[in-house]
Amino acid sequence: MTNANGKIVGVNGNMLIVEYQGNVKMNEVGYVILGKKRLKSEVIRIRGNLAEMQVFEMSRGIGIGDNVDFTNELLAVELGPGLIGQIFDGLQNPLPEVARQCGFFLERGVYLTPLPETLRWDFTPLVKEGDTVERGDTLGTVPECIFTHKIMVPFNFYGNFKVKSIADAGNYSSKDTITELEDENGKIYPVCMVFEWPVKRPIDIYEKRLKPTEHLSTKVRIIDTLVPVARGGTYCIPGPFGAGKTVLQQITSRYAEVDIVIIAACGERAGEVVETLREFPELIDPRTGKTLMERTIIVCNTSSMPVAAREASVYTAVTMAEYYRQMELNVLLLADSTSRWAQAMREMSGRLEEIPGEEAFPAYLESVIANFYERAGMVQFKNGGLGSVTIGGTVSPAGGNFEEPVTQGTLKVVGAFHGLSRERSDARRYPAIHPLDSWSKYPGAVGAKKTTYARQFLFRGNEIDQMMKVVGEEGTSLEDYSIYLKSEFLDYVYLQQNAFDPVDASTSATRQRYVFDVLLRILVARFTIKDKTDARTYFNQLRQKFLDWNGAEWESDSFKNIENELNAMIASRQVESERDLQVIFDKTFE
Amino acid sequence: MRKIYNKIERIAGNVIIVKAEGVKYGELAEVNTDHGKSLAEVIRLDNELVALQVYEGTRGISTNDQVRFLGHPMMICFSDDLMGRIFTGSGKPRDNGPELMENLIEIGGPSVNPAKRIVPRNMIRTGIPMIDVFNSLVESQKLPVFSVSGEPYNELLARIALQAEVDLIILGGIGLKYDDYLYFRDTLEEGGALSRTIFFVHTAADPVVEALLVPDISLAVAEKFALKDKRVLVLLTDMTNFADALKEIAITMEQVPSNRGYPGDLYSQLAARYEKAVDFEGSGSITILAVTTMPGDDVTHPIPDNTGYITEGQFYLRNSRIEPFGSLSRLKQLVNKNTREDHRALMDGMIKLYALYKETLEKKAMGFRMSEWDNKLLKFGELFELKLMALSVNIPLEKALDLGWEILAGCFTPEETGLRTELITKFWPKGKKGEEE
Repeated sequence: MTNANGKIVGVNGNMLIVEYQGNVKMNEVGYVILGKKRLKSEVIRIRGNLAEMQVFEMSRGIGIGDNVDFTNELLAVELGPGLIGQIFDGLQNPLPEVARQCGFFLERGVYLTPLPETLRWDFTPLVKEGDTVERGDTLGTVPECIFTHKIMVPFNFYGNFKVKSIADAGNYSSKDTITELEDENGKIYPVCMVFEWPVKRPIDIYEKRLKPTEHLSTKVRIIDTLVPVARGGTYCIPGPFGAGKTVLQQITSRYAEVDIVIIAACGERAGEVVETLREFPELIDPRTGKTLMERTIIVCNTSSMPVAAREASVYTAVTMAEYYRQMELNVLLLADSTSRWAQAMREMSGRLEEIPGEEAFPAYLESVIANFYERAGMVQFKNGGLGSVTIGGTVSPAGGNFEEPVTQGTLKVVGAFHGLSRERSDARRYPAIHPLDSWSKYPGAVGAKKTTYARQFLFRGNEIDQMMKVVGEEGTSLEDYSIYLKSEFLDYVYLQQNAFDPVDASTSATRQRYVFDVLLRILVARFTIKDKTDARTYFNQLRQKFLDWNGAEWESDSFKNIENELNAMIASRQVESERDLQVIFDKTFE
Repeated sequence: MRKIYNKIERIAGNVIIVKAEGVKYGELAEVNTDHGKSLAEVIRLDNELVALQVYEGTRGISTNDQVRFLGHPMMICFSDDLMGRIFTGSGKPRDNGPELMENLIEIGGPSVNPAKRIVPRNMIRTGIPMIDVFNSLVESQKLPVFSVSGEPYNELLARIALQAEVDLIILGGIGLKYDDYLYFRDTLEEGGALSRTIFFVHTAADPVVEALLVPDISLAVAEKFALKDKRVLVLLTDMTNFADALKEIAITMEQVPSNRGYPGDLYSQLAARYEKAVDFEGSGSITILAVTTMPGDDVTHPIPDNTGYITEGQFYLRNSRIEPFGSLSRLKQLVNKNTREDHRALMDGMIKLYALYKETLEKKAMGFRMSEWDNKLLKFGELFELKLMALSVNIPLEKALDLGWEILAGCFTPEETGLRTELITKFWPKGKKGEEE
C-alpha cells in the first residue's frame, strides 16, 4: 500500500486542513514539506477527503497548496537500551544532541534519532535457535546503568515466532540485527535492540493486573504517613501557583524508592527542568551509589515549546515507563503539569470548532484523563515477575479553585489526592499538602489506627483554632487549648519537613514508624500544666527538641541522645506513670 | 513585484478577509487606505480566503482598498543605532529620528533549548530593600509586578530601570497612557539612562492590535543583544492590555472562549513571551519585569492567574509598597547565599516578626489587651514599614541589612529575635542591649 499524500487547504494556528489522496489513518503522522524542512504533524480528525492535522511546530510560513507526505504510521517512540539518563522533548528528540547541532535555539523540523546506532551494548543472548517466542519475550540482555536491560521481541510482533538465528554474546550497535525471527508463514524478520511503539496505545503484555497494595515510600512524612502512595497506584497534586507543586515533585523524584523515575515536564517553566538537568548528574543516589541521572529520564516540553508536542509528551513519557515496567522494574512517572496537557487539548479542540464542555475544555477531557492514569498499574508477567508504573500528576487549577474540570476529572480516577493549600504555603508550612482535605486509598508507612488517631487531633485542633479566632485565647478552656497545642505540635514537627536540611529532607519508612510512635505518646499523654502560657512554653520547648531530633542522622548517637532528652521532658510533666502511659498507648492502638 | 489585491471580502472587528493566492501563514501585508498605510498579519488561511489582523485597526478601511503581501513575516531592525531611540508598537520611529531598515530580524522566533539553559546565578541590585533583601531579583528571571490600577507601578519600573546594574534596558509600553510614556522618557533622560534604553511604546490611543506586537518586538531585539553579550532588562507595562488585545482578536475570529472571554491559549501565549527570559551560557542574558494590573484586585482573574503559573514569582504592589506576603522571588535562594552571611537569616527573621506584627494588629483592632510583647511588635512593625518597606527608600543591600539590625536592636532583645547566636554576636549593633534606645 502506498502512503497517502495531500495538499494544504487551510491553516489556523497550529491546525492544518489537508486535502488528501489515498487512505489515511486516525492519528497517522504526516510531514508538511516546507522548502528543505519537514514539519511533523498528526491527523486528529478526518472529514471526507479533508484531514485535519495538528502540527508539532510553529506554523509560520506554511501556505495553501504546500505538500504533505503521510507516513501510514502512528506517532511512535523508539524503545531500547539507552533511554535512561536522556533528556527528550515531547516527540522524543534528544535535546542535548539537538543543542549540539543547532545551538541555543530549537530549530523547527529537526528530528534526531533518540537511540542512534552509535550506541553500543554488550549483548548476552538468552534464547537459542529454534526456540519459539512471542511478543515481549526476552531474547537477551544488555547492561544499562545499574539495570539488566531486557532485549525483548518487539511488542508489535503478533503471533508466534521461531528464532531463526541469534547473535553470540558480544558488543553490538543498537541497530545491528541480533536475531532473525520467522513467523508462522515462514517470513523472516530481522530484529535489532530498538523498536517502535505507538505512544497512545498502552503496552498490554502481561498475565494480569494486580491491585496496588504495596506502599511506595516517597520519604515525605506527610505523604507516607497520612496520604500514602502505592506502587502501581496514581495520585494527583493540585495546588495554586507558588504552593510548591514542583518542589514536591522534585523531592519525590530524588528520594522515592523506585527503580526508575521519568519526569514529564509538560508545559511548565524551563528553569525548573534546568535545575533537575544540572543537579541530577551531580547528586548521588544513596541506594545505588550512582548519580540520580542514572535512574532518571526527562521528557520536557516546556511552556514556550509547541503546544501540540506538549500534548504528545505525557504519552511519550508513559510509553517509556511501560517499557521499563516490562523488565520487572518499578517505575514512577511524574507529570508536571497535567493541566497544561489538558489546555493543549483545549486549544486544539477550539481550533477544530468542537462543541465546548465546561470552561471550553473538550467534552472528552475526563475520558482522556482517565485513560492516561489507567496506564499506571502493578502487573504480573507470565514468569510470575512483577513490574509497576506509578503515576503522580500535578494539576494547576485556574485561580487555585479545585472545582474546575481538570482537577475534578483527575480526582475521579486517582487513588490519592494531595491538595496543596495557599494558607499553608503562605504560612511557610511546607510541604503545603492540606492534611484534612487530602485523602488516599492506599496503605501507608504507619498503621491506619494510628493515623486516624492523629488525624482526629488535627480536626479538633483546627476546630479549636477557628473558635479561638472568635472568642480569643481567654475564652478557651485549658483542656481545649492543650489539644490545639498538640495538633500544632504534630503539624510542626511531623507534617512539616525542611527540604533544604540534608537529614530532614528525606525520612525513611522505618524512621517514620519509630518517630510517629514517640509523637503519638505525646498526643496520648496528659500533662500537668499551670496555665496557657506555661502550656505554650512547654510545647515550644518540646517542639524545639523534636525539630533537633528531626535533624539528627537516623540511629546516630545524637539521635539517641536527643531521644532520651525528649523522653525525659515528656516524663517530667506527665500525669500518668510511664507504665500507665504504655498501657493507654497499647489499648488505644491495639 | 508581488500581486496586489483590491477587493476586501469581509471586515469584522480588526480583521479583514481577502481572496488571495500563494500567501503564507504569519506573512505580513500592507493595506493602503485613504489615511495611509497599515500593516496587517495573516492569522488564518482557508482555501483562497486569507484573514488578516490589521495593526492600525480597520476603521475607515474600504472594501476596495489595496492589500499587498510582503512575502515575509514581521521584521524589526537590529543594530546599535536602536539605543536611545523611541519607536511605536510596530517599530516606526516615535521620536524624530530616521527609520531604521537595515539588518532586519524576524520577531517571535523559536524557543531556547532547555538543555542549553543554565541555572541563574547573578543578582541584579535595584537599591530597593524590599527587592534586594527580601525577594532578590536574579539575572534571567521573569517576574511580574501584580498591582491594582492606580498604584505607582510605572514609577517603580522607572526606578528599577535607572538603578539596575544592566547593560541595556528595553521598555515595552503596552496601552501606556501618554503621560506615563512622557514620564518614563523624562525620568530616564534626567537619570542619564536614555542612551542605554530602547523604547517600544504603544500608547492607549494607538490601535489595539498593535499592542500584540510590543512584547515580541521588544524581546526579539533583547534576544539579539543578549547574544552579543549584553545583559538586557526588559520592562513591559502593562501585560493586561496585551492579554485583552488577544481576547479581542480571539472573539473577532469566533474562537471558543475559555474563561471570562479569554482564549484557551492565553497561557501558551503569555508563556511564549515570558519564557524568552534566559541566561545564555558564555553570553548575555534577558531579565523580564512586567506589570500586570489585576482587574478588581483579583489574583484569580485569568491574566494574573496564568501569569503566576508561568513566572518565577511575583511582586505584589499594594498601598505603594511591595508586600512581603505574597511577593516571592523563586530564584532568590540561588543568589542570597552569596551576598552576606546574615542575609538569609535576617530576611526570614524579620518577615516572621512582621507576620507576628500583623497578627497583633488584628488583635488590637478587635480590642484585645496588648501585652508588653505586643507593644514591641507594634513598634517594630511601624519602623519596618517606614524605614524598609516604603518605596522611597533607596539604599544598597548591605546598608539595608545594617538598617535591619538597627531596627531589631531598637525594638527587641537579641533572644527575642530568634536569630542564631553567632550572627547576633557579629552583627548586633554595639552598645545596644535592646529596647532601651
